[in-house]
Amino acid sequence: MLLSLQAATVRFGGRPVLDAVDLGVAEHEIVCVLGPSGSGKSTLLRAVAGLQPLDSGRVSLDGHDQSGVPAHKRGVGLMFQDHQLFPQRDVGGNVAFGLRMHGASRGEQADRVRELLDLVGLPDAAGRAVAALSGGEQQRVALARALAPSPRLLMLDEPLGQLDRSLRERLVVELRELFGRLGTTVLAVTHDQGEAFALADRVVVMRDGRIAQSGTPLEVWQRPADAFVARFLGFENVVEAAVGDDVAVTPWGKLPVPEGAPQGPRTLLVRPAGVRLVPAGEGLRCTVAARTFRGTHVTVHLQPEDAPRLEAACALRAAPEVGDEVGVEFDAAEIAVLG
Amino acid sequence: MTRTAARRRGSAARLGLMAVPVAFFAVFFAYPVTAIVARGLKADGAWHLGRIGDVLAQSDVRQVLWFTTWQALVSTALTLLIALPGAYVFARFDFPGKQVLRAVVTVPFVLPTVVVGTAFMALVGRGGLLDELWGLRLDTTVWAILLAHVFFNYAVVVRTVGGLWSQLDPRQEEAARMLGASRFAAWRTVTLPALAPAVAAAALMVFLFTFTSFGVVQILGGPTFSTLEVEIYRQTSEIFDLSTAAVLTMIQFVAVGAILALHAWTVRRRETALRLVDASVTARRPRGAGQWALLGGVVATVAVLILLPLAVLVERSFGAAGLGYYRELTEDDGGVFLVAPIEAVGNSLQYAVAATAIAVVIGGLAAVALTRRDAGRLVRGFDALLMLPLGVSAVTVGFGFLIALDEPPLDLRASWILVPLAQALVGVPFVVRTMLPVLRAVDVRLREAAAVLGASPWRAWREVDLPLVRRALLIAAGFAFAVSLGEFGATVFIARPENPTLPVAVARLLGRPGDLNYGQAMALSTILMIVCAVALLVLERLRTDRTGEF
Repeated sequence: MLLSLQAATVRFGGRPVLDAVDLGVAEHEIVCVLGPSGSGKSTLLRAVAGLQPLDSGRVSLDGHDQSGVPAHKRGVGLMFQDHQLFPQRDVGGNVAFGLRMHGASRGEQADRVRELLDLVGLPDAAGRAVAALSGGEQQRVALARALAPSPRLLMLDEPLGQLDRSLRERLVVELRELFGRLGTTVLAVTHDQGEAFALADRVVVMRDGRIAQSGTPLEVWQRPADAFVARFLGFENVVEAAVGDDVAVTPWGKLPVPEGAPQGPRTLLVRPAGVRLVPAGEGLRCTVAARTFRGTHVTVHLQPEDAPRLEAACALRAAPEVGDEVGVEFDAAEIAVLG
Repeated sequence: MTRTAARRRGSAARLGLMAVPVAFFAVFFAYPVTAIVARGLKADGAWHLGRIGDVLAQSDVRQVLWFTTWQALVSTALTLLIALPGAYVFARFDFPGKQVLRAVVTVPFVLPTVVVGTAFMALVGRGGLLDELWGLRLDTTVWAILLAHVFFNYAVVVRTVGGLWSQLDPRQEEAARMLGASRFAAWRTVTLPALAPAVAAAALMVFLFTFTSFGVVQILGGPTFSTLEVEIYRQTSEIFDLSTAAVLTMIQFVAVGAILALHAWTVRRRETALRLVDASVTARRPRGAGQWALLGGVVATVAVLILLPLAVLVERSFGAAGLGYYRELTEDDGGVFLVAPIEAVGNSLQYAVAATAIAVVIGGLAAVALTRRDAGRLVRGFDALLMLPLGVSAVTVGFGFLIALDEPPLDLRASWILVPLAQALVGVPFVVRTMLPVLRAVDVRLREAAAVLGASPWRAWREVDLPLVRRALLIAAGFAFAVSLGEFGATVFIARPENPTLPVAVARLLGRPGDLNYGQAMALSTILMIVCAVALLVLERLRTDRTGEF
């Protein structure tokens, strides 16, 4: 493992912000830590960077314990949430900063700055003032600055947080390509699941300073570890259920579950695609409470009698109007038994 | 790195930074002041503290105490009232002649207090300009002192408050406006709290200067009004009652210590990390009649309050003799001076440059050590200690230097460095007060960004903090240079007769009767004023060249 954290703990005023976190990042791996604000993601990065001392536990890089190693000697890069470009330097000065700190010659600096600005798609920007850059350009400069000294581990704190959606979606693809090409080891944190899934080889979900789940984007998406992770990923149809054989007893009635599902009292997730609308009178009787246009489909919010709301995804043409009465049936393939 | 180890290392670094200023203050401040207090209160190897009670029981001493406090409070309030609009105008408006005007308001601050007193005497005293025009005289009232104090301290408020104001992001106020705050409410709830530490710092400085006011009150106070400092001077050099002087010194010391403690407490409660932006982007042309009227009002105030006394001063330096007084300055004068008075210019510059260098190094180290706001009690005490030279009688410090630093290993009485050392003592608090708010406002994450890019803490400070505070550093250096040039109370005791500084030379000339001496004093004051103006203009130029980097 290039990076490994063992029982890393940080407390602010007695409250643990990082609570005995164990985490490893292999060389060339892109790991994305996903969690709501206040879950300890940024503190995790700061602890690895050496900006936040641990109260207990340890951080190792290449197998070497980093306790006592100050931030500037760890050889890791960190891209700050709001970039923190140095306002008194131009773009070139910002990108060259880390190289200068590592004693690179002027010629090396100039070559590397040109190379990196090309890489991030801002050739000829070296002489520009950072105050004159747009948000997306600042983000690119911050990335170039962090990459310039070739850190063994690059950390990104909400790398695309402040950018508009289309730019974010384009940049996340660019970033992944770039990191793949350079073989960069990356540890990023974000609260945006789309960003995490698009960027990462492995996603780590955090909650209250602890790791709630770790796995490939597909694994996490398909089988969230618990109700918290499922809800954080945006799933609404999460209930407590009693699972027996191939049927789960829920407030929505008896639902089919996949074969081999764990038995007993469990948390059940029904993906919106697994909620099929049928004519009223069949299945579970619901009223359409709201509908949200999602571009490719419509999310319909259904209110059954005496049961929690259900979210269903359906094609635009087939979507019922608000106030309509519909029936609901469930699809076992889109139902997951959690934990 | 565990947290306790990190914290211990941080404290060790801070203590290291503090060591130099602490040693400096111990040797060149605490030691001489203690020595002179001991000289006054110690006899036959025993302390006679009963003297304190005796002195305090005298009604005239209590009268002096009351007047000192009262006039300082009123002067401070008046200065803030008059100068805060000025600070706003300088911070937020861009107008032709701004740099010249900024230099103009700073000139009074660097004039010797004796000259300020004389200039106001020439304006509002007997036979003065107002007397000639309307028969109006203020020299028998306290107004002359108060106005002279405003004249003198206008720049303190404009520079300290305006410096920060110009770097506050106007969008913060705009955000408040969008949330429904009126223009005034936005200012009161967003800008004022951000400015509060700077306003408090400025008010503190003005209060201290006026509380310890010497030259101005000496000239304009006549027999009626006397501050502690004037009384100390009288007791020391006229009545030779060292024990009364020692008691008064201690009273002043305690009073100032209490004010400083209070100030440190209030500032600590209010200081927060601010969003600072480049000053050049916050200033713009005034818009609308109201803003032009405000600018006009400030310019008029500066004209009446500052330019007019200076103009009268210059006018008197020519008098009927044309350039005669100036020509006289280059003549050797066996009576008042051992050398031609004009040589005081070179002496003053040399001393002031040395004093500025000392003050910037000592004050800079101290400010960096104090930057972290989670500093412990020890560090906060240090903060207050640094301000004490402003409150301790300069007369006492000067006299203390003479009697304390005259034997090995510190036999400095014959050395020219003695004068800059005394002047630097007064300059250090300015450097600290000017740099600290800006240093504390630097976003800590910029420093962290430098650290993860491989910069050691020292390198990160040099690369990130220093460029951002260079502006403040220059302002601080300007202040230190200015007070060094104008320092009078201590220098008058320790400057060697053959090497007088400008203020000392002016005072010596004023102390002698006759139109020729008076005219020469005015001429020398005018030269001092021009030296200061040129120095300040150079500084302003330096500053604007640098702002391109920001």
